Amino acid sequence: MKKLSSIIAGGLAIGLTISAQAGTLEDVKKRGTLSCGVSTGLAGFSQKDEKGVWSGLDVDVCRSVAAAVLGDASKVQYKPLTAKERFTALQSGEIDILSRNTTWTHTRDTSLGLNFAGVIYYDGTGFMVSKKLGVKSATELDGANACIQAGTSTELAIADYFRENKMNYKAVTFDTSDQTRTGFESGRCDFLVSDQSQLYALRIGLKDPSAAVVLPEVISKEPLGPVVRQNDDVWFNIVKWVVNASIEGEFQNVTSANAKDLRKNGNPGQKRLLGSEGDLGEKLGLSADWAYQAITQVGNYSESFERNVGQDSPLKISRGLNAQWNKGGILYSPAMR
Amino acid sequence: MFYQKTIEQIKTDTRPSSAGAKAFYNNPKYRGWIYQSLLLIFLIAFFYSIISNTLSNMAAQGIKSGFGFMTTSAGFDVLMSLIPFETTDSYTKVFIIGILNTILVSIIGVICSTMLGFIFGIAYFSRNWLIKKISIIYVETFRNIPVILQVLFWYTAVLTTLPSTRDSLSIGEAFFLNIRGLYIPRLIDEPKSFVVYIAIVIAIVAIFFLRRWARKRQDLTGEQFPLIWSSLGILLGLPLLALFIAGVPFHFEYPELKGFNFQGGINVIPELMALAIAMSIYTGAFIAEAVRAGIQSVPHGQTEAARSIGLKERKIMSLIIVPQAMRVITPMLNSEYQSLVKNTTIATAIGYPELFTVFAGSALNQVGQAIEMMFMSLAIYFALNMMISFIMNQFNKRVAITTR
Repeated sequence: MKKLSSIIAGGLAIGLTISAQAGTLEDVKKRGTLSCGVSTGLAGFSQKDEKGVWSGLDVDVCRSVAAAVLGDASKVQYKPLTAKERFTALQSGEIDILSRNTTWTHTRDTSLGLNFAGVIYYDGTGFMVSKKLGVKSATELDGANACIQAGTSTELAIADYFRENKMNYKAVTFDTSDQTRTGFESGRCDFLVSDQSQLYALRIGLKDPSAAVVLPEVISKEPLGPVVRQNDDVWFNIVKWVVNASIEGEFQNVTSANAKDLRKNGNPGQKRLLGSEGDLGEKLGLSADWAYQAITQVGNYSESFERNVGQDSPLKISRGLNAQWNKGGILYSPAMR
Repeated sequence: MFYQKTIEQIKTDTRPSSAGAKAFYNNPKYRGWIYQSLLLIFLIAFFYSIISNTLSNMAAQGIKSGFGFMTTSAGFDVLMSLIPFETTDSYTKVFIIGILNTILVSIIGVICSTMLGFIFGIAYFSRNWLIKKISIIYVETFRNIPVILQVLFWYTAVLTTLPSTRDSLSIGEAFFLNIRGLYIPRLIDEPKSFVVYIAIVIAIVAIFFLRRWARKRQDLTGEQFPLIWSSLGILLGLPLLALFIAGVPFHFEYPELKGFNFQGGINVIPELMALAIAMSIYTGAFIAEAVRAGIQSVPHGQTEAARSIGLKERKIMSLIIVPQAMRVITPMLNSEYQSLVKNTTIATAIGYPELFTVFAGSALNQVGQAIEMMFMSLAIYFALNMMISFIMNQFNKRVAITTR
């Protein structure tokens, strides 16, 4: 009898244990590394080179956060995730931050227990077709097969577009964006549909990039940004303001090269950002040089953009919407004060 | 449980009675009940605490729960569906489509793997050196390669190297094979076509009675009746007769290249072909081994006895050896079929829209309610396998040793 009751008590104890909602900041500091969810390989956003070093616009968010929190941009542990795996990995606490060209949508923000910490790339769904089809516009794609990555907002955007235009299509879905490219190349589908930035990245991966064209239509809004777990406002604020610091850095003309100098001799705005004036870092629970570390080690938004997807990269994407608000784009950091 | 009780009761009956033995808690009947109900209470409390803990944690993390999503519209397209589907249809429909596609590929796999398994399993005993070696090579090759590699092999190395839609391989402009799969003509009913369906039903019923009559006659007189040929004759002849009497009330809808794709006809997508082929060949290799083991379990004396009463070699196999071997083969077939159903989830690697890919994959990602949707998927695979188990157990009862 005694044995049985102790078993029951034990069982209840296991069942009733409530998983503590620990602060991600403390976890990261204790661990000494930032666990960051990235894509399985997407040129310009998150890709691994031959030496196993990750780079890309999404990767730079993780590196900036690591630099701001731990003082070292290299202290990041990357977890490559497919589109289908990404949210579960974040919800379960396997990663601290999801930076994987993820579209900020209402449903994801409200029902997954997650928070979007800003936008690092304003994107839109576009089409890539083989040149020999002679298609000039997406409206000519009635009855065609589409290669799509499963579990993305693209799946929904294209369904809306074809319904709106009273056209039919067949969705051939794959797990990774590499597979969609292979499917497109082999002719399993007539066109590949994805975020425009990805189309450019996938196109340079084709055997003959000049054989494919990206159509002019952009059929949806796809603001991409990093995601964190809900109910951890300290961590949410950190990621949000690290993203803002990178954008504000460009606006204030603070670069990785001149940050050291501006920290001493800059204007008040630059000094506040770099931590030689005010207590912005302290308010985030970080050291005063949080943004200084992020900008010197990773660079401001413009440096990161040009290096990964812009003119210094094979993708050669122009700034477009992703320019500062005073230069024809819509990038705008809230006030750093 | 019941056996134990009766033994206990026998013991108490023979045990000399004392004061303690009469106490109710020493009565094995009551004691059993007490332990059983304590266990039940424990299990209920255990699961209740797990479920409520999960729910409160999900609420604390701001993750939505419940089954409300089942009625909202999915908003994405599914590659292949056995029932009509629009992107505005609900997640319930996506769920059903996933189940149907899983069942479809499982049925194809079970039928083809059984055929392959029996052919190669019996071929192992062939006196022809080449046939025997082919059987061994088949089993050893396909049993030893991971099934996911086989699926990817058929998909990427074989099916995606087929020509494009414009350069399709075709047979008589009716059958087309290209990178988008196999296109075959579709049979379209006309008002009078019910006559032919009725004829098919009548033929099946007639064969059933013919079989009973033939067996009875053989039992009484020993005369054999050419059952297979006459059955085939009825099954083909009656519907054919009806077909001409009704004036061929069918026509074909041929696939035709319009725009980007073939329109009309039936399209067997390459994802389905790759998965079905790989599943059949892989599971077939295991079934071949099961068949071999079953046949080897039949003592050689049976063959010799059959020969001595003058049966032909082919009859020995079909009348003496295989029926006895089935007793060994059936339980193994059961587990092979079950692994086949579970292995269909590998479809996610090539994008065949079965339950795991379309519901626990695409839909789960759009909705985000992993616990509910995973549980629903688990329940379906569990139910499918229980069904297979049930059917195979019934079959096993029929082939099991009956003592006379």
